[in-house]
Parts: sequence; C-alpha cells; structure tokens
Amino acid sequence: MNISGDYREGKLTIVLSGELDHHAARRAMREIETQIDTYLPRECVLDFIKLQFMDSSGIALILKTYKRMKEVEGNLSVKNVPPQPMRVLDASGILRLIKIREAGK
Amino acid sequence: MKVTNYIKIEFPSRSANEALARNVVACFAAQLDPTLQELGDIKTSVSEAVTNSIVHAYPNDIGRICMKCRLFEDRSIEISVKDWGRGIKDVEKAMEPLYTTGGDDRSGMGFPIMESFMDSLKVRSQPDKGTTVIMRKKIARKIVK
Repeated sequence: MNISGDYREGKLTIVLSGELDHHAARRAMREIETQIDTYLPRECVLDFIKLQFMDSSGIALILKTYKRMKEVEGNLSVKNVPPQPMRVLDASGILRLIKIREAGK
Repeated sequence: MKVTNYIKIEFPSRSANEALARNVVACFAAQLDPTLQELGDIKTSVSEAVTNSIVHAYPNDIGRICMKCRLFEDRSIEISVKDWGRGIKDVEKAMEPLYTTGGDDRSGMGFPIMESFMDSLKVRSQPDKGTTVIMRKKIARKIVK
C-alpha cells in the first residue's frame, strides 16, 4: 500500500495505491491522519483510482477518516472507486453517510 | 459430490499472510474461469475470514491457521479457514452487521460480507478451542457465443 497526498486551496487529495487490507490499514490510517493534521483541510478526497483490492478494513479506514474530518470541521468524499472495492462499500451501507463516486463516473 | 481438485495450506497468523491467502485462493479458483466479480467476491471473503483468525483468534500471539479449498464437479468452490485460537462465545452475535470486539480499526462487516458474497457460510466455534469458517460458492458456467 502506497499513499500520496496533494494539498491545494483547502483541498487535500489522498491517493491510495495497492491493496487495502488489515495488514495495510493501520499504517495507511496513520499516514492519512498525519496529512489531515498537517493541512487541516476544509475538504478531503480519498482517490481510489489505483486501489487494486479492498476488504472491510477499508470501511473502517473511511469511517475513521470521516470522523477525523468532522473534528476539523471539514468534509470527506471518496472518488474513482473500482468495481471490487465498490461492492464492499455497497454491502456496508456507508454510501448513505459519505459521498462516494465510482470509477468512470 | 465428487471433489475434482483440492489444496491445503498452513501459515502463521501474521497479517502479511492475508494477501498470500486470498491470492492463493484466487489462483486456485481460476480453473473454474470465474468472472472478475466472482473472483473479487471470493478474494474478499477469504481476506475477511483470515483476518478474523489473525485479529480475534490470536489477539496476543501468533498461532496456526489452516486453509483448505476444494472444487466440486458442479463447479462450486468450498473454502475452509480453521484456527485453534480463542474461539467465539456467541457466534450469532458475532455475525450481526456492525458488531465487533475489534474497536474502531474494524468495521464489524466481515461476516456480513462473507454471507452476502458467498452462497453459503457456516461458522463453528468453541471458546478456547478454535473456530472453523466454511464457505461455498458456485461459479456460473460462461456461455461462449
């Protein structure tokens, strides 16, 4: 799992590449929290375009990021979600809470 | 029903083995020529089952996990994930959506995902003896035009 961030004009975009499972999630979460704490963005976007696999650990990661963004009074969205992670998110009910866009949409 | 092929692997409950387990099953299942979605559903379910053993069966130490996969002549795949860890006191409760004892690192969606992505899911557990998860999915035959 590789994580890169890009901040401009209040918007923090974080690209997650590789496989997001329990093994990868803890370090990924630390990295995301560090970036949010550094920039205190109004808006955070998780970009899943390079995500090759995700299990339910990804749901917990999105929820934790969502809570962290609420604490800094910002918003979270997730974009470019490939089909396999999308099925996991669909099954979780998280779509009612957070704005999530599929890849190509 | 006749078993047409099988594998059995054992590994320690280290989180690096989550990717190994799901990718081994994906390679094995490939001989049924599954769709990307079917393959994704199987990989996700294996990842959930193995993660459960790593996180919940052996919370403070490294233990053994044994995974078996069998293919049947009706094109179904059965995967069992067995550990000899702490076990689950109340299996019914553990299978409820959002229920977790893993804190906010876990979503409580492992069993519900296995249940919805596979055709069947059986969980047998005894406190301090261990847990076995057995799941099964039939791979549809593709029509070649």
